[in-house]
Amino acid sequence: MKLKLDPEVRPVVTSALALSGAVGVFALAFGVLAVGAGANVWQACALSFFTFTGASQMSAMSVIGSGGSVGGALGGALLLAGRNGVYGLALSPYFGGSLGKRLLAAHFVIDETTAMMTAQTNPRLQKLAFWTTAIALFSLWNLGTLIGALLGSAIDPHTYGLDVGFSAAYVAMLFPHLRTVNGRLAAAGGALVSVALAPFVPIGLPILASGLVIFVGLRPAQPEVAQ
Amino acid sequence: MNMSWALVIWLSIGAYAFKMLGFVVVGGRKLPVAISRCLVLIPAALLAALVFNGTFTNGQEIAIDERAIGLGVAIIAAWRKLPLIVVVIVGATATAFLRAL
Repeated sequence: MKLKLDPEVRPVVTSALALSGAVGVFALAFGVLAVGAGANVWQACALSFFTFTGASQMSAMSVIGSGGSVGGALGGALLLAGRNGVYGLALSPYFGGSLGKRLLAAHFVIDETTAMMTAQTNPRLQKLAFWTTAIALFSLWNLGTLIGALLGSAIDPHTYGLDVGFSAAYVAMLFPHLRTVNGRLAAAGGALVSVALAPFVPIGLPILASGLVIFVGLRPAQPEVAQ
Repeated sequence: MNMSWALVIWLSIGAYAFKMLGFVVVGGRKLPVAISRCLVLIPAALLAALVFNGTFTNGQEIAIDERAIGLGVAIIAAWRKLPLIVVVIVGATATAFLRAL
């Protein structure tokens, strides 16, 4: 197949594919870690297909992996999923179309599609960015999860330090959020609450409780630190 | 191990509900600024909580062990802006190495 792309379209498609490739590799890590934390291959794949929001999937599996209950795992994971609701608010004005199409598009409202879409300036490219990212990323996310889960089934998670693999993934995801003062306060507060509460409440609950520190966002506006 | 299909199903329903809530139900309306200023902080707070809880607790006990070193190595890798998969591999490998000693 020979595709002749116009000059505006090309960079959008190539960056969508590059981003999706990187996310596919992250999916490999998720697959390995999820199986290490107690999921079977099908459960890991179902999470990637139906939940389709990386940080929530990781969070749920790490709480399960450390012995937490389903309720404890759900709490933190859903709180993380809540930010997709905020992205939806931001993207909503770009989408006309039928209710059916909006309901389908909603499944793909995540960090990456939001970033790609809002980076474009005209409606045609915005739609293109959203859908190419959505399709490429969804495909590679699920493929990566399957391969990772199959690999992960073959190794012992504790021996290979996979429990720390979860934390390492979060650290990498956390860094971009530390650029603002509020981001740093929230991270420091979340870290403190999550350890300090651990001895006193059921596993998983400290993660959920740490969500309360987001109210530092209510303090008066400060000039942001540029890094 | 408490992994179950119930978790998969509820998390999928919940995650979709959030995506749809902002996108379809609330539509073009805007949230008050104070609320959005708080909501953007959710990832920072929760990711940090997952890191520290996952590294410094063992069930309901506070614990400092090989994981702390593995995390330190991962933090250096992330700070050097290495790709996520590399950060995961060095963190896990450092921990595995210490456990094997």
